Amino acid sequence: MAISELSYSPWSPVLWLLAFVVVMIMAYFFRRRGQKKYKKGTEQTRIFLCGEEVPEARQRHIRAHNVYWGFFKTMKEYYDANIKAHTGIINDYIIWFIALVSITAVILFIV
Amino acid sequence: MHALVTHSPILIIAIPLLAAFLIPLIGRANEKARDVLVVAALAFVGFLVIILAKDIYFNGLRVYTLGASSSILTIPEHYMVPVRIILEVDSMSTFMAIITATVSLAAAIYSLAFVREETGQNRFYTLLLLLAAGMFGMELTGDLFNLFVFLEIASIAGAALTAFRTRFADTAEGGFKYIVISSIAALMILLAIGLFYAQYNLINIGALAQVMQYTMLDKIALALLVIAFMMKLAGVPLHMWCPDAYSVAPASITVMLVAASYACLYALFRTCFTLYGVCLNLVTVGWIVIIFGLLSMFIGVTMAVFQSDIKRLMAYHCISQTGYMLLGIGVGLAVLDNPEALNSYGIAAMNGGIFHIINNALYKGLLFLTAGALFYRTGTRDLNKMGGLAHKMKWTAIFYIIGALSISGIPPSNGFASKLLLYESTYQFHPVIAIVAMITSILTLASFTKAFYSAFMGAELPEYEEVKEVPKSMMAGMAILVVGIIFFSLFPGLVIDWLAHPATEALINQGAYISGIMGGMG
Repeated sequence: MAISELSYSPWSPVLWLLAFVVVMIMAYFFRRRGQKKYKKGTEQTRIFLCGEEVPEARQRHIRAHNVYWGFFKTMKEYYDANIKAHTGIINDYIIWFIALVSITAVILFIV
Repeated sequence: MHALVTHSPILIIAIPLLAAFLIPLIGRANEKARDVLVVAALAFVGFLVIILAKDIYFNGLRVYTLGASSSILTIPEHYMVPVRIILEVDSMSTFMAIITATVSLAAAIYSLAFVREETGQNRFYTLLLLLAAGMFGMELTGDLFNLFVFLEIASIAGAALTAFRTRFADTAEGGFKYIVISSIAALMILLAIGLFYAQYNLINIGALAQVMQYTMLDKIALALLVIAFMMKLAGVPLHMWCPDAYSVAPASITVMLVAASYACLYALFRTCFTLYGVCLNLVTVGWIVIIFGLLSMFIGVTMAVFQSDIKRLMAYHCISQTGYMLLGIGVGLAVLDNPEALNSYGIAAMNGGIFHIINNALYKGLLFLTAGALFYRTGTRDLNKMGGLAHKMKWTAIFYIIGALSISGIPPSNGFASKLLLYESTYQFHPVIAIVAMITSILTLASFTKAFYSAFMGAELPEYEEVKEVPKSMMAGMAILVVGIIFFSLFPGLVIDWLAHPATEALINQGAYISGIMGGMG
């Protein structure tokens, strides 16, 4: 079924947009019921880590190479092989090209 | 207006070409005048593309013969074959031209601020216009040798622009890799054209399609063409140059290189559907394209998740998203001679693949421009060094979120619309294909969540205290693409009915393309 036939189905973007607007209105009303005496830049906004000393912003931020480390550890063999293939040497790229032209030509001759 | 429509195919190519030659002269006199010329030329070309697309939608295919007494005189008197350079424009051509026009305009406006501090701006804009002219030429031509010429123009301009910022050590390497890849691919394409000419004494696509006999030499030519175009569009395993080149090019140029790779995708589709058509062993060639698509999707996204350089991450996603397009078109190609399967899911798969091309051009373009904005303010592409930038670059963060949600296929974005079409249709062809596509989408979301968190989330870092939002022209360039994404997200049905489906029909209808040339006798 084409997406153009789904205008009135749950996937309709207009329905999703309406749902988003309703949720945003609800979020706005919940926020309005929050603390009005809140002041930015005071003790009220200081980070509390169970009384521990709060590290600097640079040390608190988890850097990109630490994200998904579990995934990369699990897929270590796949990544080792893949990264090894990505040599960065242009000659290797051309070898891939020649190999694929040859294989494709052979397949087209045979089939 | 009628004259404008009649001559629009050649004007679309000639105006950027002419403007490119005027830039060095006007740029010497006044830089503001140069900037106005660039934007005005591309805006006018965009207008021409729209009126041509409208004309093609209502009146069908259009031909334009260069040097003839009438633009529709494809075969001269006393001749049996076309001998002039002919532009043949159908819905698929105009679809691609719309992508090129939109992306070029957004890139040009973005560049006004992005390269303001660079030297050699006259050369930059000249090359940008030549790149645009090359892409338009590839998309509108009906002639194989002309396709090769415009491919070379686009490749040389693209390589020079990739290496534009010579003060960085890695840009020369990226530019070098781009030109070597492009030269090898163009050489193989020229060899294939030579094989056709040697057999049939023809280089016009429609005329060749009429006499194609699928000999051994034609099979060699097909292998050369498919693999050469696959390398130019960075299909796995011929993709390795892509992150090297895309990451070092200026952000606005990366966006145009993406559009240039889609021009090669268009050339691949023309080769398979129009030039060879039903001569091919459709199931074999269809599966070759599908396998390239599956490899591109999976390997592209898994390599992307691993990256810490934001532009390399996005370049790998480019490779991955190209896989979706290859998938949709490959399924359509495989069932082209099976009317039941074609009507049941083949056309839907092609609609999805083609819709995905324009979607990807918009949101991938936007994401590269946001990466450029981050580099512009922080001076780095390394996600390990970024953090907390949402505090200072709110609009860039919002644009990034829009692009990330779209590329991940989250409803109600335009990416979701094209991916849903692809999932539903490819599942009927072979369920494993749809499963790989869905896993790729999940990993895509994971990858962009990682990049968003690393760059934008967290506390403000002291080294970025002085960072502020990017200049207005860069925001305007991104906004053009955002407007397109939002419109396509809200009205996917309109886009499919007006753009994607006519393009699909044009690709499938080889007979109409041939008649456009061979039926135009004087």
